[in-house]
Amino acid sequence: MANIDIDAPGTRQLFIGNEAIARGALEAGVGFAAAYPGTPSSEILDSLASVADRAGIYAQWSVNEKVALEAAAGASFAGIRAMASMKQNGVNVVSDFLVNLVMTGSGTGGLVLVGCDDPSAISSSNEQDTRPIAKWFDIPLLEPGSFQECKDMTKWLFDLSEELGTICMLRSVTRIAHARGVVKLGELPKAQRRAFFDQVHDARSVMPTRFMPVPSSLRHALAHVKLQNAREKFESSPFNWYVGPDRADLLIITGGSCWLYSLEAVRALGLEDRVGILKLGTLWPLPEKLVEGHLGRSQRVLVVEEIDPFLERSVMEVAAALPPDSPRPVFYGKRSGHINAYGELNPDAVGKATAAVLSLEYQTRDVEYGKKANELAGANVPQRMMTFCPGCAHRATFWAIKNALKLDGRQGIVTGDIGCYSMALGPAGFFQVRTMHCMGGGIGVANGLGKLAQFGFDQPVLAVCGDSTFFHAAIPALINGVYNEANFILVVLDNSATAMTGFQPHPGTGVTATGQETGAVSIEAICRALGVDVAVCDPFDLAGTTSTVLEMMADGGRARVVIMRRECELVRSHREKTKPYTVRVDPDICVGETCGCARLCTRVFRCPGLIWDEEAGKARIDEVICTGCGVCADICPQGAITKEAT
Amino acid sequence: MSATALMKDPLNLIIAGVGGQGNVRMSLVIGEALVREGLLVTIGETYGASQRGGAVMSHVRISKEAECSPFISDGQADVILGMEPVETLRMLGQFGNPDVVTIVNTRPIYSIDVTGGDADYPSMDNLLEAIRQLSARTWPVNATAEAQGLGNPILANVILIGALVGCGALPLDEKSLEPVLRESFPDDFDANMTAFNRGIELVRQQG
Repeated sequence: MANIDIDAPGTRQLFIGNEAIARGALEAGVGFAAAYPGTPSSEILDSLASVADRAGIYAQWSVNEKVALEAAAGASFAGIRAMASMKQNGVNVVSDFLVNLVMTGSGTGGLVLVGCDDPSAISSSNEQDTRPIAKWFDIPLLEPGSFQECKDMTKWLFDLSEELGTICMLRSVTRIAHARGVVKLGELPKAQRRAFFDQVHDARSVMPTRFMPVPSSLRHALAHVKLQNAREKFESSPFNWYVGPDRADLLIITGGSCWLYSLEAVRALGLEDRVGILKLGTLWPLPEKLVEGHLGRSQRVLVVEEIDPFLERSVMEVAAALPPDSPRPVFYGKRSGHINAYGELNPDAVGKATAAVLSLEYQTRDVEYGKKANELAGANVPQRMMTFCPGCAHRATFWAIKNALKLDGRQGIVTGDIGCYSMALGPAGFFQVRTMHCMGGGIGVANGLGKLAQFGFDQPVLAVCGDSTFFHAAIPALINGVYNEANFILVVLDNSATAMTGFQPHPGTGVTATGQETGAVSIEAICRALGVDVAVCDPFDLAGTTSTVLEMMADGGRARVVIMRRECELVRSHREKTKPYTVRVDPDICVGETCGCARLCTRVFRCPGLIWDEEAGKARIDEVICTGCGVCADICPQGAITKEAT
Repeated sequence: MSATALMKDPLNLIIAGVGGQGNVRMSLVIGEALVREGLLVTIGETYGASQRGGAVMSHVRISKEAECSPFISDGQADVILGMEPVETLRMLGQFGNPDVVTIVNTRPIYSIDVTGGDADYPSMDNLLEAIRQLSARTWPVNATAEAQGLGNPILANVILIGALVGCGALPLDEKSLEPVLRESFPDDFDANMTAFNRGIELVRQQG
């Protein structure tokens, strides 16, 4: 992680977008930062927490995104600059509070919400565009087109929020958040503000001192006035600019990550004299006069953006409102099919769209070479599917679940949600998980499946969720199951970290974001307080775990909990730097294909540390990959895999 | 801005590997050294889900003049640093061109598709032949075996950085890397410096 609080104004640092956003918040004098981890947003709070003590700020990992924003709003109400950051799904989670917050206004401390989208769902369950939420809820929205803008926009949004008296939003995407670029630093503030919640009510004030969303007509109208004020500022914002000829054959309108893609595409085509680019950083409300002024530059407009046609529709609204006899450009983009309305873009996608509009060829390499390259790679490059890491406890857990379901024989179902264990939908977890939606979604779904006995349903239902997810979203659904006597087993995959996003601590770990020890919240104590039967298993004990799950399935009729507790191997190996066992396959015992096990270890168990030696016709351990967990020694029917304590 | 000369602007480097090998760390070390030479650097990474055993790549874009996007266009790689042989060929397939310089670690990492029998891993001879057909200037380095010889397979990454510097494809030399390695690996700087020098040696031996 970069050192984001380096006090060296004017120097250039190599930051990922998230670090640049965190630096911008520091330069703005942020006092309070809260977040729930989620790719691609996590490093914003990771990096703020890493400097919190030195910088005199407060940073927390909240139990979920809604609490993070509510906590940040609390700080804002007491005059402290505050920020909440999250991935796109988190913005959905905060939506109920957020829509009310727009009505009440923010406090005297600027309040910023950072929402990081993941076009192409590279590390997400879903692809989603959060920009329309800003329009839907009446929130000023900026989107950075560079690493420098990540810092500068974040910093400015705190000023804007205080001036307007409303929460402001920054949207970024994976290729900004997780890409790394050069950022020129500004000054860091020298002092923090004093927190005070002013309870004096002044009915005439535009900045209300009581935070309530009623009377709704007045509050909603006021939100629109704030938005109009934002629009006027955006008309002259330095975050919007135009490059290109005065009159252009084509005008590209773009923003965010697509600004650099568009610039490179135009350069690759050598069209700098024919194609102009209007780069917008202030996306909502749209600076309509500015856009109108540029629409006259060309008869053709191509709108380049990722996921939804958010800018495209907004720009077309501006065109629709032009005086009756004004010339109107032809619009190209998602509506015309030149730009996909799903998936992330890149310079090539923009180059192809630009070339298509202008009836040109777009070619970035020699055709013959390209043909040969595709052939050679196509013939020699095998797939590389994602899987659980070597030594991962989830592989062992799903092995035990698979065997328990088989032994039970009633076609039991596993419902799931978001985390590393989502990979159990595929071969990594032996295709055991059948549903995946949002955080905690599996246990909610189990509440439905677990109440179908009157319709003749007799399949056992297991819902899996991670330890961090348990705190984030599973508890209300578990209570619902207890209250309504739903028949399911909640399987908590407790690897003692928020592993998918970078091993952040959570309430169960007993450590805060800034490394202070705190009382660990016990998952089993919560469950027992609800009157639920709880078992705790070590998933590396395959036989014991399988029989516990099997017994629980036999004893149905209500909500039960089993906790699979084993630390994330990446966390363990990083700390201990040792392998617990030396694992080997005894070539004298392994009989390969003639065994009758159908290569259980490499075809089914599929730990990357176990490989198949074609020449010998036997399994082998890849000693570079194997972490020495020793679990595979218990799956080989011949006992050919041996483990020896190191 | 420094007077560091670039053979091309922007100069495009791809670091290819398998999730868990450490290519984010590699790109950061190389990027940091380049920034200290006064160059503008943009790095695009694969994070998150693909880190779990999937194919990963970092795009490092180096310029004296302009900020670049974190994506290299198809066919526009100038240098490919392959931490794994099949992943090297995967990158050449999409980003290669007749002038690309390739450094390839010849130690395979088999995917679960291969170990499970759903896909074939080509022989090393076929693989190197395909790589050479697409990249006349190829330096194969058995970095993992060398690193095991030095006592820790993770040192393969710094051996590869040494090979990258040794082959002269980037505006970097021993002097530009040493302080960055010292700051990046404060606890085992000596082992990393030995690995780095071994990487330089391995490509210089090949001439």
